[in-house]
Amino acid sequence: MARAYTPGLRVSADDVLLRERVLPLKGDVLVKEGDKVKAEDVIARTELPGNISIMKAANRLGVLPKELPKYMLKKEGDEVKKGEVIAEIRTFFGLFKSQLKSPIDGTIQTISTDTGQIIFQEHPIPVEVRAYVDSVVEEVMEQEGAVVKTRGVFIQGIFGIGSEAVGKLKVLVDSRSEELTLDKLRSAGDLSGCIVVSGSYTSKDVIYELRKRGAAGLITGGIGAKDLMDVLGYDIGVAVTGNENIGLVIVVTEGFGRIEMAEKTYRLLKENDGAKTSISGVTQIRAGVIRPEVVIVKSLEFEGKEELKSLTVANELKVGGKVRIIRQPYFGLIGEVVELPPEPQVIETETKVRVLKVRLADGREVVLPRANVEIIEEG
Amino acid sequence: MAELRRIIATDCGSTTTKAILIELGDDGHYHLVKRAEAPTTVEAPFEDVTIGVINAVEELEELMGQKYLKEDRSGFMIRGVDLPEDSEEGVDAYVSTSSAGGGLQMVVVGVVKEMTAESAQRAALGAGAIVMEVIAINDGRLPHERVKVLRQLRPDMILLAGGTDGGDRNHVVAMAEMISAANPKARLGLEYKLPVIFAGNKLVRDKIKEILGGKTALSVVDNIRPSLEKENLQPTRQKIQELFLQHVMKQAPGYDKLMKWTSAPIMPTPAAVGYLVQEVAKARGENVLGVDIGGATTDVFSVFDNIFNRTVSANYGMSYSISNVLAETGLENVMRWVPFDIDEEDLRNRVKNKMIRPTTIPQTIEELVVEQAIAREALRLSLEQHKMLAVGLKGAQRQRDIADTFTQTVSGETLIKMMKLDLIIGSGGVLSHAPRRVQSAMMMIDAFLPEGVTMLTVDSIFMMPHLGVLAHVEREGAKRAAMEVFDRDCLIRLGSCISPVGVGKEGEKCLTIEVLEGKEAGKKFEFVFGEIKKLPVELGVGERLKIKITPAPRYDVGAGRGRPLEAILEGGVVGVIVDTRGRPLKLPADKKERVARLRKWYKDLDLYPEVFFQRTAGGDE
Repeated sequence: MARAYTPGLRVSADDVLLRERVLPLKGDVLVKEGDKVKAEDVIARTELPGNISIMKAANRLGVLPKELPKYMLKKEGDEVKKGEVIAEIRTFFGLFKSQLKSPIDGTIQTISTDTGQIIFQEHPIPVEVRAYVDSVVEEVMEQEGAVVKTRGVFIQGIFGIGSEAVGKLKVLVDSRSEELTLDKLRSAGDLSGCIVVSGSYTSKDVIYELRKRGAAGLITGGIGAKDLMDVLGYDIGVAVTGNENIGLVIVVTEGFGRIEMAEKTYRLLKENDGAKTSISGVTQIRAGVIRPEVVIVKSLEFEGKEELKSLTVANELKVGGKVRIIRQPYFGLIGEVVELPPEPQVIETETKVRVLKVRLADGREVVLPRANVEIIEEG
Repeated sequence: MAELRRIIATDCGSTTTKAILIELGDDGHYHLVKRAEAPTTVEAPFEDVTIGVINAVEELEELMGQKYLKEDRSGFMIRGVDLPEDSEEGVDAYVSTSSAGGGLQMVVVGVVKEMTAESAQRAALGAGAIVMEVIAINDGRLPHERVKVLRQLRPDMILLAGGTDGGDRNHVVAMAEMISAANPKARLGLEYKLPVIFAGNKLVRDKIKEILGGKTALSVVDNIRPSLEKENLQPTRQKIQELFLQHVMKQAPGYDKLMKWTSAPIMPTPAAVGYLVQEVAKARGENVLGVDIGGATTDVFSVFDNIFNRTVSANYGMSYSISNVLAETGLENVMRWVPFDIDEEDLRNRVKNKMIRPTTIPQTIEELVVEQAIAREALRLSLEQHKMLAVGLKGAQRQRDIADTFTQTVSGETLIKMMKLDLIIGSGGVLSHAPRRVQSAMMMIDAFLPEGVTMLTVDSIFMMPHLGVLAHVEREGAKRAAMEVFDRDCLIRLGSCISPVGVGKEGEKCLTIEVLEGKEAGKKFEFVFGEIKKLPVELGVGERLKIKITPAPRYDVGAGRGRPLEAILEGGVVGVIVDTRGRPLKLPADKKERVARLRKWYKDLDLYPEVFFQRTAGGDE
């Protein structure tokens, strides 16, 4: 019988990580190989093409499209200021004149003699890419960006909201099963720019309060689907996130509902209370999966330690190993594998699937589809 | 060349590469012999699709104890080329479809949304594309917003249509100028130019070349809408598939190799399925509806009066997109199919947890019931979207492509007439792998609400892509192999469904079914309004039976209100289902009453195990 592998999330006290930091379009890379960079440092810069405005010029002047150039005071490629006259027509021996003014600051891109329209382009929009983690530049991708290398605590979350944030880690709960409440927040002191850690659950009221107090991010075990809908103002249909702008970045480590944070995850966060922490909420649960993450840099020495190659963790299910159940009726419970029957079995739904037997913390032994557990890494 | 005797076909999906082995048996017919699968290897760390193909085929080799691949794994051993014709090893043909890397993603640009843009959308969808966005003069966007959309999307290809031949030129040129201003980038490969197909007014071709020729990889084909009365989709569809191979596939890791291995060009998965659905409709002379409900998307294919249409509902699916189904349809619409209570917040959390852990499966019957309720809504919404696009040409007389030419007066009316539908083919995990086949039948009946007499089937293991591309091999036996395997091994017959149109009072006489032939000839069965039951006749899988259905005056089964209809029923693994719950189907507004009704229907059809009904009995019974 082939070995049984099951996916899990990576939670590690010491990983060497590579992060590609790439511009959306080609531009300038400001660092070179071997440079030490801070998370906040800009490492590449470019300009996105400015917004486009289209004016039906021939119509507005009352001329045929092919006559348009005759009345233009500016030509293609010319710079224009908002309100500047760009075309003019005089009629009745110069008694009446009709003018067109530029709607934007920018350049004239096209004067079309076919459609009679003028296309304007606003000035370029600057875009910067930061290092995101304190790191060393491992590789420069010419005109595109750089790969940075760092080492430290690495925790993959299951789902996130928002893009990236860097701040001081602040653990505000005393256990992984505790819910962060408004009461707790009252005595929490200054949260501005901090990455706040909650336990099993964080309600929308707490999220609103964190936002009010300027927290940069939140790491929580569980979150309510309905609460998230209220915070965002809409329901998330597919788990492709990263562009939300709710004032802070959220990393959910376990799932939806009240669900205690994994022991190792909580322990690593607790041990690093107060440390500079980078988080990313970007999630893409599709082919080419991207998970949200927490990175706490511990060192920039890499000797003797290989970088983490694949983020897809596929661990072997073993008797005696610990698993988390990720589907009802035992959702969120942790247990120990006691048996891995090789043959598929018929479960209550009458589906024939591969199963495993798990002993729960209260001593009960339950049989589950293998698809419904996740391995928990020990250590 | 000799007749095909052994064929391997693969479908490289985003997560799994599925291989099937087909052989010509001693009985002179083609059979599915084995299937195998392996994870798709398009993404890092492998970045070579052929690794997944080799892994899947090696499993076939192990299972069969034969060799099909070359020693150095540089392709297949083809009999008659690499081996003698009569060799025991090797294959006669190898074919593949692909939807890996997100499939073929297109943006469609037209002039009027309901006219050229809609035609362009039909062409792109029919060629197997996912249409990311439709841009038109009257799409309600400001010009700069259109530019922004084009810049953000990064499609694999753009299709530009607009103007009948000799008709409007200004608007289509303006759209070309807009594309030029946006200067959009292709999804894959920063270096290569974005393919753009122009299928509009032939009189502006030179102008379009002038505007877009330098900035994009421009191709020009015959106008998709040469006149208001005529839609000509085929040249555009062919060009899309050609460019898919030349540009998109070449950018995808390993496809340059894979393209050299195949005996027919690689097809986008939905294009192959669409082709097969058309062939089935042609062979049976029937109107066919095919649906493939996946984790992220749901594809709907239809052939009505020889007109083929395909739509893809990009965000209706059972795992990655499950939360979107709930978001779009609303909690109430899902709950109306669930015969027990569940807390709203709990349900929302469960659905989101499935979204973030898409590979989990229902462990309890209650969970299965909820998942099948969501499936009904995903299927219903996907068919709604399909109906909106599968329409006649607006405000004109019509002439459409695909072999036959016909004319009918239309006014943008949907072509999908449930009363005229003969065959439904359901596919995708939730339908193909439902623990009880009757659950698949019920999901399709509730979601599609068939009318009159309709045969229900499911695709056993989603072989339709393989068979669709196989039918394209230019060798004797290729098409026959595809159709025989489809009929014998792929299609699982569930049984006919009889559903009268009309609404009446609970318990009033609705219809009488009389058996006209066989050992039960002369037997009559009465059905009252408001139930769904099996017809108690013996009818084996694939067996046919002639019957006469006599509806009560206010009901119609296809011949008009109250008029009798002679029809042929087809047997299947579920049996013949008689659904007199009414069309349109109205579920009681009162929750208690609705739950009681659902429980009766589900029990009558033996939809779920008895333990479920006992456990969820509550105070309803």
